[in-house]
Amino acid sequence: MTASTTNPSRSHTENEQGARILHTVPSDHHIAQMAAIALVLSIIEGALPSPLPGVKPGIANIVTLVVLVRYGWRAAAWVSLLRVIAGSILFGNLFAPGFFLSLSGALCSLAMLAITWQLPERWFGAVTHSICAAFAHIAGQMLVVYVWLIPHSGIIFLFPIFAAAALFFGALNGLLAARLLNTPDT
Amino acid sequence: MSLLPRDVIKIGDGVTLLCAFCAVIWVTLSAWHSDLADKAIIRQGGKIFREVPLARDQQIEVQGPLGISVITIAKRKARITADPSPRQYCVRQGWLERAGEIAICLPNEVSVELLGGTKKYDSLNY
Repeated sequence: MTASTTNPSRSHTENEQGARILHTVPSDHHIAQMAAIALVLSIIEGALPSPLPGVKPGIANIVTLVVLVRYGWRAAAWVSLLRVIAGSILFGNLFAPGFFLSLSGALCSLAMLAITWQLPERWFGAVTHSICAAFAHIAGQMLVVYVWLIPHSGIIFLFPIFAAAALFFGALNGLLAARLLNTPDT
Repeated sequence: MSLLPRDVIKIGDGVTLLCAFCAVIWVTLSAWHSDLADKAIIRQGGKIFREVPLARDQQIEVQGPLGISVITIAKRKARITADPSPRQYCVRQGWLERAGEIAICLPNEVSVELLGGTKKYDSLNY
């Protein structure tokens, strides 16, 4: 479960027996470690009761944000997607609706982060990334819910609640990520 | 270390926060806005019993299989005031004032639905 972000071409070669071996580089290990931290955070979050189904703080995304600012979008995408896939294996909902909701949220967030990441770092920090990604997250999820699970216009009534939660938790996660980024050695 | 030093929340972040806040307000207003109703449709046994405007305050009695349901219209709102059904869900639902709102007394087969300028869809008529 590794990924070479520095040199994909040498991510696997063949040894004398002809078996394929996965070569890993330190950045792969780092991504795996970060994804593992994010995984732990999402498991902790899963144990917390939620006031409303679907409203979750998404504290695992703090890790994604830190990785985004420190190591770039590719690394953040790996951490985020590894966390979603490994998390759904641990929670036992791989390829269940919950998994596709997580995945669509993560993909939309990553698409948004690819844009906000280009913003000048002098003026825009983790808070901006976090809020924008949180909005992309709920927009993507609501779209999947509407197209696939509940094709009914009534879900628009829930949208303000999810949008407010995205703003609140997006800003909170962004602040926490920004504070972590200000602390050396994270 | 204070909670919000300059390099934790940057100027652009403040702008984003403000824009996001406005967006949430706008989304809330546009999603939760709904027309005030101007008439009520009372149904009994699936058939329209009466269509009444909300402009005039009145009480209407509807005979159902269990007994009489009483519907009150007052101050441009409508409610089921009394009903013979055992769980009283429709009575406890209280006043209806927006288009698309509906109170149903299933055991007595009586319902009150409010209509406004444009008919809103819900799970009952989707």
